[in-house]
Amino acid sequence: MMASSYNAKEEDGHHSGASSHGGAVAAKSKKPDNTAFKQQRLPAWQPILTAGTVLPAFFVIGLIFIPIGIGLYVTSNNIKEFEIDYTGVDNHSPCYSCANNFSWNSTTPCLCSVNFTLEQPFENNVFMYYGLSNFYQNHRRYVKSRDDSQLNGDQSALKNPSKECEPYRISDGQPIAPCGAIANSLFNDTLELYHIDSNGTRNAIPLVKKGIAWWTDKHVKFRNPGANANLTPAFQGTAKPVNWRKPVYELDPSEPDNNGFINEDFIVWMRTAALPTFRKLYRIIQKKSSTTATLPSGKYVLEITYNYPVLSFNGSKRMILSTISWMGGKNPFLGIAYITVGSICFCLGVVLLIIHHKYDNRNNSADIPN
Amino acid sequence: MARESGDAGTAKASKAKRQRKKKTKENKTRTVHANILYDHAKGEENPNRHYANNKIKTTKYTVLSFLPKNLFEQFHRFANVYFVFIALLNFVPVVNAFQPELALAPVVFILSVTAIKDLWEDYRRHRSDKEINHMDCLVFSRAQRRYVEKYWKEVRVGDFIRLRCNEILPADVLLLSSSDPDRLCHIETATLDGETNLKQRQVVRSFFDLDCDFDPLKYNSVIECEKPNNDLNRFRGYIIHRSGRKDALYKENLLLRGCTIRNTEEAVGIVIYAGHETKAMLNNNGPRYKRSKLERQMNVDVFWCVIILLVMCLFAAVGHGLWMFQYGDKRPVFDVLSPEGTDLSPIMSAIYLFLTMIIVFQVLIPISLFVSIEIVKICQVYFIHQDMDLYDEETDSHLQCRALNITEDLGQMQYIFSDKTGTLTENKMVFRRCTVAGVEYSHDANARRLAMYQEMDSEEEECTSHGGTLPRRDSVTSHHSAPVVLRSQSTKSHRRTGSRAEAKRASILSKHTAFSSPMEKDITPDPQLLDKVNECSSQMDFMRFHSQPISQLPSDLSDIIDFFIALTICNTVVVSSPNQPRQKVRMRFELKSPVKTIEDFIKRFTPSRLTSGSNSSSSSSLITNRSSNKGCSSMLSSPSAESTLTKLDEEQPPGGLDHAFSPVPPCYDGKPWNLEEGELRYEAESPDEAALVYAARAYKCSLVGRLPDQVTVELPHLGKLSFELLHTLGFDSTRKRMSVVVRHPLTDQITVYTKGADSVIMDLIKPPNTGNSKGKRQKKIVCRTQNYLNQYAADGLRTLCIAKKILSKDEYACWLQHHLEAETAIQGREELLFESALRLETNLQLLGATGIEDRLQDGVPETIASLRKAGLQIWVLTGDKQETAVNIAYACKLLDPEEEILTLNADSQEACALLLEESLHYIQAKFLCSSTDQAAKALHANFAPFEIYPSSSPSSSSHTVPFMVHRLGLVIDGRTLAYALDKNLEDKFLAVARSCRSVLCCRSTPLQKSMVVKLVRNKLKVMTLAIGDGANDVSMIQVADVGVGISGQEGMQAVMASDFALPRFRYLQKLLLVHGHWCYSRLANMILYFFYKNAMFVALIFWYQFYCGFSGSAMIDQWYLIFFNLMFSAFPQLITGTLDKDVSAETLQQLPQLYVNGQNSEEYKPYMFWMNMIDAFYQSLVCFFVPYFAYADSDVDLFTWGTPITTLALFTILLHLGIETKTWTWMNWLSISFSIALFFTVALCYNASCPTCYSPSNPYWTMQRLLQDPVFYLLCVITPVAALLPRYFYRACLGTLFPSPVQVGRQLDKLPAETRRNILSLSRVKVGSPLSPKPPFLSLTKPSPKGCNKKDQRSFSSSKTSQAKKGPVVQTDEEKGRRSPLGPTDSEKGLSDLYTLVPTDVDTLPYTKDTPPPPPPLSGEPRPPSTKDSERLDKTLEPSDQSLSSWITSTPLLSQTDRVQLTLPPDGDSQCVKYTRTSEEGPKSDHTVHPAHRTEQVAQQSLHTTL
Repeated sequence: MMASSYNAKEEDGHHSGASSHGGAVAAKSKKPDNTAFKQQRLPAWQPILTAGTVLPAFFVIGLIFIPIGIGLYVTSNNIKEFEIDYTGVDNHSPCYSCANNFSWNSTTPCLCSVNFTLEQPFENNVFMYYGLSNFYQNHRRYVKSRDDSQLNGDQSALKNPSKECEPYRISDGQPIAPCGAIANSLFNDTLELYHIDSNGTRNAIPLVKKGIAWWTDKHVKFRNPGANANLTPAFQGTAKPVNWRKPVYELDPSEPDNNGFINEDFIVWMRTAALPTFRKLYRIIQKKSSTTATLPSGKYVLEITYNYPVLSFNGSKRMILSTISWMGGKNPFLGIAYITVGSICFCLGVVLLIIHHKYDNRNNSADIPN
Repeated sequence: MARESGDAGTAKASKAKRQRKKKTKENKTRTVHANILYDHAKGEENPNRHYANNKIKTTKYTVLSFLPKNLFEQFHRFANVYFVFIALLNFVPVVNAFQPELALAPVVFILSVTAIKDLWEDYRRHRSDKEINHMDCLVFSRAQRRYVEKYWKEVRVGDFIRLRCNEILPADVLLLSSSDPDRLCHIETATLDGETNLKQRQVVRSFFDLDCDFDPLKYNSVIECEKPNNDLNRFRGYIIHRSGRKDALYKENLLLRGCTIRNTEEAVGIVIYAGHETKAMLNNNGPRYKRSKLERQMNVDVFWCVIILLVMCLFAAVGHGLWMFQYGDKRPVFDVLSPEGTDLSPIMSAIYLFLTMIIVFQVLIPISLFVSIEIVKICQVYFIHQDMDLYDEETDSHLQCRALNITEDLGQMQYIFSDKTGTLTENKMVFRRCTVAGVEYSHDANARRLAMYQEMDSEEEECTSHGGTLPRRDSVTSHHSAPVVLRSQSTKSHRRTGSRAEAKRASILSKHTAFSSPMEKDITPDPQLLDKVNECSSQMDFMRFHSQPISQLPSDLSDIIDFFIALTICNTVVVSSPNQPRQKVRMRFELKSPVKTIEDFIKRFTPSRLTSGSNSSSSSSLITNRSSNKGCSSMLSSPSAESTLTKLDEEQPPGGLDHAFSPVPPCYDGKPWNLEEGELRYEAESPDEAALVYAARAYKCSLVGRLPDQVTVELPHLGKLSFELLHTLGFDSTRKRMSVVVRHPLTDQITVYTKGADSVIMDLIKPPNTGNSKGKRQKKIVCRTQNYLNQYAADGLRTLCIAKKILSKDEYACWLQHHLEAETAIQGREELLFESALRLETNLQLLGATGIEDRLQDGVPETIASLRKAGLQIWVLTGDKQETAVNIAYACKLLDPEEEILTLNADSQEACALLLEESLHYIQAKFLCSSTDQAAKALHANFAPFEIYPSSSPSSSSHTVPFMVHRLGLVIDGRTLAYALDKNLEDKFLAVARSCRSVLCCRSTPLQKSMVVKLVRNKLKVMTLAIGDGANDVSMIQVADVGVGISGQEGMQAVMASDFALPRFRYLQKLLLVHGHWCYSRLANMILYFFYKNAMFVALIFWYQFYCGFSGSAMIDQWYLIFFNLMFSAFPQLITGTLDKDVSAETLQQLPQLYVNGQNSEEYKPYMFWMNMIDAFYQSLVCFFVPYFAYADSDVDLFTWGTPITTLALFTILLHLGIETKTWTWMNWLSISFSIALFFTVALCYNASCPTCYSPSNPYWTMQRLLQDPVFYLLCVITPVAALLPRYFYRACLGTLFPSPVQVGRQLDKLPAETRRNILSLSRVKVGSPLSPKPPFLSLTKPSPKGCNKKDQRSFSSSKTSQAKKGPVVQTDEEKGRRSPLGPTDSEKGLSDLYTLVPTDVDTLPYTKDTPPPPPPLSGEPRPPSTKDSERLDKTLEPSDQSLSSWITSTPLLSQTDRVQLTLPPDGDSQCVKYTRTSEEGPKSDHTVHPAHRTEQVAQQSLHTTL
């Protein structure tokens, strides 16, 4: 037993050698420094969580949150929003036939129009969204299926897109531009809005299609290949995505700076939605003057070029008109949440007050078991 | 892990055995030739070429092998393999979740951190190796025919090495020559075993008689010796000379590597073992690895995390399968085909997804947890090292943490197993009293002197404790440090420059080595005995002068002189004087060796010499003495004129007449030693020996020189006498005695002096022949001595018996014959020598006995009391005899005088079984009535061993619940322990032992110690700590969960085996109560927080799966996901894990009860893991769904939505940490702000750095936009608040409604120091109303009985509300029940609590009984108006130690103390068990009150049993 347990000095010769040579070290006292840090005596704030100490926090939170919540709720309620579903699921809806006779390669566009009435006028700028539901733009393989370099105008990526784009990378031996599943599934319905006058005439409402994408996306992230304005040669040797009807350089032939990769509808689509039910900004209806409403109340017609199939995955398509406030679109949730949390805090504060009142006096008469 | 190390130990042992077997079989020995013979034949022919050279290499890696080897080692850890597996999984395209390169980052980071740490350590080893390898030494070179300087690494086996004084040995060297005329070489082995006393090594016998210097060129012998092994105390072999003569080699011939040569100018030796084959290196085992209890618990929860992970992955996989399935053949556009374009079936994609999810959720298994724990532990160790309170100025040492990874175990200890000698006591032996020839000399003056020292000590103690940094022990050290400084400078000047620190060190050294603090040295002799010694020696002198046979001396006087001679010479003490540093005092005239051969014997013991004995040159010193004495005494006319002689001597001037004939004037008049003599230093291997030699010196019987063959003693009147030392039979623990065989210079008789444990010596006493008067006298002496021995033991003294034996020449010759045979035997030499010693040590004549006091260390009683209050069970395992142990136990408050003591002494298995059963019955009978049903049940289950311990999991509440710890003490002796530890009985033994408050195992062997620890640890499933200081504690230290070594007087073996090394026992208090508590609570909280953090973060992604078709998509950017743990949230938790203090150190020490927190694992119970998990899931739900609803049906994109969630999660996690943080220092604030700042900085940089990179998230400008969005800020406010609301509320409620003891402690901390001290001193037992100085509390400060009463009741009612406190409450009730008939009610108890707590007064008192009783502690105190007063006064008047120790206790004394003694009649078969139940108190003589006598009764009873 002795033999097995008889440990010599930790590092044997090391210590003896070191101590005999490093004489100065050995001579130094090993007494630890008396500093607050080394002795673990740093000045400290020591909060103790008891009803009494926590009480003010709850009331303060309650008192701050409830007004904020009310403010948010009011703001949200002031936002006007109109939503109309044009999927065409039931056979009474105007787009029923379009929805059911769909095929990706039909060349003739299917048109349908939906009538609706705005009860209240929409002031200021009105944002027009299209909304999809049950569309899993956040699917893992879907999200990955893009090539940012290609979209940034990189020539080599244009000809040789990233592997991530598989299986939407090569079509008929030619690289697809833009490659990947996201681009392939680009939303391609066209929406047009008409206001019907009191006298029955349809007035087309001007829809602004620029400024709907992030500025950084439009100007930094997305770029067309080639320097010159003419996109057709730049995209020479590439194929259009399988589901597309026209190549990327014909997305908006009318405006060169909204064509190709920097087409804003395309950019908006490429920013994959977080949740399966989402909306994407489609157009902006700018206010005309301060006196008249942007969208006066009345009858409207939504003309739809029905291209995009959603029925196969039980999806739905919507058109949304919404004004906007400093906190974005209409969403009463935050206001409600603030009010709720504030109230709960307040209630808990009251409970704590009672507890404090009842128990804190004899607080800690609890004995320490010996 | 400790178990494993234990196994390793046995494995090692068995391996060693196997090796030994192999050795005997193959007869493999090492043959060493001198290298110089082969200098010309380079390499090839050198027979030593196969042996390792002296170059050492302790590094693990080389430049090339580092990477593969280190990686290989790291992959031994399962977690690393797991993470690498996951990282590799990412490279499989079907299942990958992240960018494969990125996924590697955390693993690479973790691995490289560890690798860098390893590399650094290895580099340090390399540097120190290099330094050592390049040390110089002198090696003989044949070419140059002289010794040349070489590096250590160039030394080879077979080289001749010349060593000079103070050099360190480069290898294991066989000593061939020494400049010392005695052919000795002194070495200091401190680096090997920590013993700083010098050891003598002898030149190999064949080279002993060389007159001239050793010439390596003439050396032509061959050495055969053992293969290298790690046994420092063993070396065997023989040297074969060319002549064919063989000489045996012993360990005394071997100088070990690492030792330092001292006192020897030059020595030459041949290298036997070099480099890694030296014994020192073979003993170098490296640090041990233990796994702490917390880590074991953590691993269970890591396992649960794995389960949760798998469940989550499975859930997601099934979900994905179903999601796929609902689309059927219609493939939606967003469901992308696999890269190959093939359509995956739902089942296949579910399987793939399962793997993907494992990658995505990998964060749940906390990769950084292991690294973080290691970092935190290193910091904890650092802080423990830095603690000033654990620094011992005297020895300039502080606590060493030798095991780095079990700091938190210190906070969870339940059982402490302590050694006694050197651990509880100082191991500074002080001679107290002795009995010679049956007469006791009480040495009262000595006792008074010691009491004075003790007071002095304690006063200083108080000074330092208040002043903090006051220089300590100045008064003591100053008066003996001066000569010491001189000495150490002269010996060590070449390696240490003189400085203040050095002086201190030197004084320490002297104290340490020589066992010679003034307290031990200055013994005040008993006047009566001193007179007798003087009388005796003068008579002897007279008789010698008149050539009368000495045997005519009255036998009591001759006994006295023999007694002191025995004290002086029967030891191995080395004498040195301070003027000649560590140089022995040379008093010899001729070189002579002990009797080594028969011829020698015949030559030296010729009949003429044996009779005349004075005409030989061999005893010239004697002649000198004689002649001098002749001259001296010639002036004296009559031998009876003793007083005249004394007077004459006194009148003689020191340098006068006497000086002319005798080198040293005999001086017995009580004056201090004269200067010429200087102060002789005694360097003893054990402190007992030194104490005895100093004691003898006090009686002017002083040891002045010791050589291998002769001891010189100076006696009053007789001058210097040289005893021819024939043999020394050293001490061993089996014989428990040592003997010297000397030739008495006066009588020329061959005398054996034996000194040893009383139990052994008493058996060896020659049975007195009762026929004659001498025999009767002998018998009386033996009887009386035994009585006194018992008394000494009862007083807690260590007893030694001194005996002698006179051998006739024939007897000696006969014995010598055998002994020489034994000495020369090569095989089984030890056994033969042992038997030879046994043969000699028989039929002894008892001379007397000594009582040596081993003082308690400072603060031991307080430490034990406070550790006990902390809920620790303290067992003392000692090798001492029962009486001594019991009394030390009383003195250090291990046993309480009011406790009952169960004493178990049995001499057979059956008897032991019966005793245990009876004890159980007794405990049952006594405590069952008052204890709860639960306990009753538990007790009934006692006899079914496996039902007793249903709590196989340590979690099942506290161990005190089923088994109440009663106010019982258990004393068991070694023999009974051996029976009790038998497989059949161990359960019963444990059942008895665990219900006792304290357990004392006496006479236990090291093996038993470890067996007890192992038993308790394995059977009770408790955390055990073993503390000890000597080699005999090593096994116990290794077995326990935490081993603590005291770096005290007995060397370093215990320290080497320990996990923590303390300079003193009392530091254990702070180590456990403060650092243990902190380490535990910090680490426990950190681990829980880690689990929470990871679960909370991962759950966010899990919730998201419901909204992304279970596709394994993550809204959190993969960079955030991967670096969240490593960077953003890492620092605050490390800071909190390192610095958080729940309760201040002061409060923790003043309220030891808070330690229970760790014992019951209250910071980290299994349910807490799940609570944390539930909380984590709740919080993640909030953090997920608040943004979800806030952004529902909006145009938000994936990562613009995910980034706020990440931010929110970070805020929530940090705030959560904030709630859990108890102490906010600037570092906490800084780390949290740093974390947040770091996150935003990284996010902003990352989001601005590259518009096309970081696929797929490509978060360009996301953060920047978010910061402009008010909703982001609104979310950041509400989400953490909502997420943390429940926890915050819960904590607040808990803090108010059920404040834990820890919280009470924290509240105490907040009070001003003054108020806190008041409260703590007032209500030590119950902490009541401490929060604020409100009326009820204020009333407490005034000792009004009402207030106390109220308080007590209140605390009772409140404590009933909490389940956890059930045990103690029940116990209190029970105590109340027991006490109720006796009068004191609870209110009085409370009162007495107030008043009996006078700790400091009592602490400083010496614990032994015969010191004059201190002023009654209460005399100065205000006395409560209690009915118990009169009782108390009575007790105070009793001059017993009981009054002493009982005053200290916090509970009132019982007016009746029951003691149960369970003794069995010798016949084990008879079922009759005697219950002796005595009422101790009451109208009785103080004889029975004396606890000493109590145990004496026990001893006698048990003696009957054993007879």
